[in-house]
This record gives sequence, C-alpha cells and structure tokens, in this order.
Amino acid sequence: MSIIFYIIRKEFKQIFRNKGMLPIIFILPVLQLIILSNAATYEIKNIQFGYVDADNSSISRRLIEQFQASTYFNVSERFSSEKEASQAMQEGTIDAYLNIPVHFERDLQKDKTNAIGVFVDAIDGSAAGVINVYISQIIQSYNKNIAMDLIQISDSVQKPNSIDSIPLFWYNQTLNYKTFMVPGILVLLVTMITLFLSGMNIVREKEIGTLEQINVTPIKKYQFIIGKLFPFWVLGMGLLTIGLILAKVIFNVPMIGNLGLLYAYTSVYILVILGMGLFISNFTDTQQQAMFIAWFFVVIFILMSGLFTPIESMPKWAQILTEFNPVKYFVEIIRMVMLKGSGFTDILPLAIKTLAYAILMNGLAVWSYKKTS
Amino acid sequence: MKNKNVIEVENLSKLFGDFAAVNSISFHVKAGEIFGFLGANGAGKTTAIKMLIGISSPTSGKATIAGFDVYKEAESIKKNIGYMSQKFALYDDLTVKENITFFGGIYGLSKKQIDRKRCELVDELGLQEVANSLVSSLPLGWKQKLAFSVSLLHDPKIVFLDEPTGGVDPITRRQFWEMIYKAAHNGTTIFVTTHYMDEAEYCDRVSIMVNGKIEALDTPKKLKAHYKTDTMNDVFLKLARG
Ligand SMILES: Nc1ncnc2c1ncn2[C@@H]1O[C@H](COP(=O)(O)OP(=O)(O)OP(=O)(O)O)[C@@H](O)[C@H]1O
Ligand SMILES: [Mg+2]
Repeated sequence: MSIIFYIIRKEFKQIFRNKGMLPIIFILPVLQLIILSNAATYEIKNIQFGYVDADNSSISRRLIEQFQASTYFNVSERFSSEKEASQAMQEGTIDAYLNIPVHFERDLQKDKTNAIGVFVDAIDGSAAGVINVYISQIIQSYNKNIAMDLIQISDSVQKPNSIDSIPLFWYNQTLNYKTFMVPGILVLLVTMITLFLSGMNIVREKEIGTLEQINVTPIKKYQFIIGKLFPFWVLGMGLLTIGLILAKVIFNVPMIGNLGLLYAYTSVYILVILGMGLFISNFTDTQQQAMFIAWFFVVIFILMSGLFTPIESMPKWAQILTEFNPVKYFVEIIRMVMLKGSGFTDILPLAIKTLAYAILMNGLAVWSYKKTS
Repeated sequence: MKNKNVIEVENLSKLFGDFAAVNSISFHVKAGEIFGFLGANGAGKTTAIKMLIGISSPTSGKATIAGFDVYKEAESIKKNIGYMSQKFALYDDLTVKENITFFGGIYGLSKKQIDRKRCELVDELGLQEVANSLVSSLPLGWKQKLAFSVSLLHDPKIVFLDEPTGGVDPITRRQFWEMIYKAAHNGTTIFVTTHYMDEAEYCDRVSIMVNGKIEALDTPKKLKAHYKTDTMNDVFLKLARG
C-alpha cells in the first residue's frame, strides 16, 4: 500500500513541477471550453432571405412581414421571378427563399388550404435543417393567425383545414445551444486531457529509461499501475470540476440533476480512459507514437459521439459502432443529468456499460503491461 | 560464503530475429567478487545484463541469480539485486532527496529506513549543498555516484553496473571505484561493465565478450600472462580484433 503512495506522491510532484505541462492541463481546457462552446453552435442567425411574391396580396405581404420581424432572417430582396431567386441562391447571396404563387390569397380563401414553396440552400446540411425549422415555425404561427381570420370571414361552421403543429422543445426550451454544447465539450476535454496525459506519461518514462529502473524493483504490477493512474484520475475529476464551474458561471448552464451522481459516473468513466491510455503506452515506444494513436481514437470517438453530428443521421453500421464509444455514453449522461435531471435508474444502463468497459480496458492494460520484455 | 556462486549462467542466448546478440554464454560469479564484464560496443553486454536482472527473457539457456531462476523467479531476483543502467535513470525533475525517497519507497523500505539512508547517503556523497536541488542541475559524475548509491539502497546481494563511469572525469572515476570497493567490502557482489581498461585491472576477474560470445575469462593477471602482454588494454585489443 505504501509503495503506491510513494508513486502517487512522486507523480504529483512531477506534474506540478512541469511548467510546460501545467498550462496545458489547466489553461488550455478552459480556453477550449470557452472558444468551442461559443463556436460550436447550431444556432443560425442572419439568414439571408429572399422571396418571390407573385400574388402581392395583403395576406402574402403579412407573411413576408413575419420574416422581417424575425431576428434570424435578413429579408434582402423581392425577386420578380423564381428563376431570379434561384440564380441568387446559386451565387450564394441568399440562403433561402420563399415562393408565393399567384392567387395565393384567393385560393386560400376558397380552398382553405394552400401551398407555398420553401427553398433552402442545403450545401451545409445541418444548417439547412435548422433554417427549415425556423421557416416552418414562422409559417406555422402565421398559419394560425390566418386560420383565425378565415373563420371569421367564411361561414363559421366550416373548420379551417390547415394543420397546426407547434414545435415544443423540452428541457432546453429557449433552444440555447450553449446549454446543449457546453456539457458535451466538457466531456471532450476531460477525455482528451486524461487520455493524452496518462498515455504519454508512461511512454515518457520508457523514453528516459526510468521505467526500466522501476521494472528492476520488486514492485507489483498493480502497485505501479494504480500509483501511476490515480493522479490522472484526480486530474480528470479536477478538470470536470473546473469545467462545471465555468459552465455555471460563464454559460449559466442549468444543473438540474444530482451533481454527486455526475461525479460518481465520471469517476468510473475516467477509468475507461486511463485504461486506454495505459494500453496505448504499452504498445508504443515514443511519445509521438502514443500521441498519434491517442489522436486516432479521440477523433473517432468525438466524431461518433453525437456531439457534433446527430447519431440518427449516420448510416446503420456507424450507428452500431457508436454503441462502443465511451465518449457517447458520457455525452448522453452528462446531458441527461444536467439538463433533464435524470436520476440513478435513468442512467443505470449506460453506467453499467461504462463499468464493463472500464473493467475490460483495465484488464487489457494490466495484462499487456509487462515487467519483462 | 566466499566460494558460493551467486550468478550461474549456462549457454545463455538472446536472439533478435536471426541475430544472436548474446550467443550461448556460460560463466559464474562468486559471492563478494568484483566481476568485470568487458566487450566492445555492441558486443552484447547490456543485452546479457538485462536477462540476468529479469527484465528481458532469454531465448535459451539457463541462469540463476542469487539462487533464483531467471525464467520463473524474476521477481525474487529483483529483491536481491541492484541495477544501475547504462543510461542515467533517476528522475531529472526530482531533487536528490526526492529520488532517494522514491526509490527507497518502491523497494518497500520503511519510512524510518528511508530517512536514515537518505541522511547517510547525502553525507557520504557530500551532497548536503545540493540535496534539495533538482538532479538535472548536477554534474554527470555526481549523478552517476548518486545512481550507484540509489541502486544499493535496499542492500542488495548483487549489484549490476552497466558502464557506470562512462563519460566521467578521472578523479570522479577514482572516487567511484572507491565506492565500488567499499560496497564489495561490505559483501556486495559487483557485476560491472566498462570500456576503461585501467578499471578492468581493479576487477577480481574479467570476461571479455566479442560478438555475443565470451572469448576469455580469468583474473587480469592470468589473462595478461596468457596473451603475453603487460596491460589489459593489449589483451582487449588482441581479442576484440580477433
Ligand atoms: N531490442 C533489440 N532489438 C534488436 N537488436 C538489439 C536490441 N537490443 C540490442 N540489440 C543489438 O544487440 C547488439 C548488442 O547490443 P548491446 O546493447 O547488448 O551491446 P553492448 O555490449 O551493451 O554495447 P555498448 O558497449 O555500446 O553498450 C547490438 O548490435 C544491438 O544493436
Ligand atoms: Mg551496453
């Protein structure tokens, strides 16, 4: 037991003495959290918006006014034909346009329903999706008002045919993307930093030859591994804490759920990452090699975590792969706990998976760590 | 005790692919001996030592160290040996005292023992002034002496020194050998490699390794007589040139 203590103490001394590493450990993540959380947003403002109004009626003008009133749209130009509008989109001067057909008002009053064309530049698929949602929302609310008017105009027996769907965003009602992104990016930081540091740390000892010096002592494998990994476990928990404080203070992210639960989960999660770091270091001889391999996994884990791209829109095989992505588990859980207030039983299935992962990774790491080559 | 073999090696080999870095070497070392393990660069000395101290598995052959088998009882061997690697392997970013404490700690010494050893060692090496300085700031000779002392912290039966005096000035080398003699006097068996032939003269017996094989093994005096030269240097040159 006390042997482990000597290793832990030495490790902490080295971490806090390394003037090059300390900023990397604590300042970079803070900067990343602030920069990424502001940059990585799905919220889209200043949508360049044009329209073709062949009807030019009071109803069609009211619809356009709705767009002008919205803060998301810059209503730029009224095009005289659909061809012109399409040309403008081709050139990239507008992101979306609306095509209101002739006799729009007349047909609406006659048939109680009508269609208008919505065209969105879909080069950036996810942005297009968001723009589409915004446009639909405006049309929906307009639709509702129109329907009211129509009831008054025509014989009140007949019900308006237009369907009224009101999108309701649960848990993140204001659709504040920072609320959504900050916890995810926090996961990313905790993962990257602990993986890189733990992986590189042991390889570094290989490089400078001190690992060999340790391997000629009668130290037990488990003593060495626990002593080596514990400091990075503490570091990971520290990063989580700093991140949560920033999330609260700077981004005002709600913390509805139980923080204790989040910490309990994270304590298991970090074990997965540390096991991975040790495993990587067992198969590499230089810090560069370790770094490359760690990067390889981190990039895959992040891109397949549902953080930046929705898992639902991935091909089936990729969706299956994401089931083996610990980062995905944590992103889901941190959002569940912080934003939805999920409790122990809600996160239990994912937590069990994580625990199994931790046992597997550390088992592999311990097995592949050899004192004798 | 004096005549007991603490190292017994028989036909020990290590292959890297097809290349035999150590090619069927056999020898033994008696308790309390200073055994010089000579050979040109790349002869296979370090490779052989790594097998003896239990951090590299032999390809074939037999070896027992302090009575323990290198294949099956590597961890028991480690309790009984000290090792100073060819590459300086203390922590540059820890102080002199911290290095002593750390290695004492992982050898399982008690806190009391560590405290006592630390004081003794700092005094003996005359490191009082720099005891709290980072090891990186020490001159090479001091570092080497410190590394040697650290390898003796747990009072091992045998200590393996792989080129302990490489790159060190003559005065420090001399002091280093005084330390070696002192350890040998206290009953520690010394297994040492060196490229300095004057140092070979200080050994009780030396072996000379050429291309993975031991080509000669005897006391310096007998070797010189056998090869009809006055210095170990000439013995070495004759053998190494083939
Ligand atoms: N892991 C390895 N894989 C392949 N070849 C190796 C390995 N380790 C050592 N060798 C080769 O084995 C030979 C013996 O190397 P070794 O380090 O044992 O020599 P040495 O006698 O200690 O030399 P020096 O005096 O330079 O320290 C060298 O040719 C070396 O290149
Ligand atoms: Mg060598």
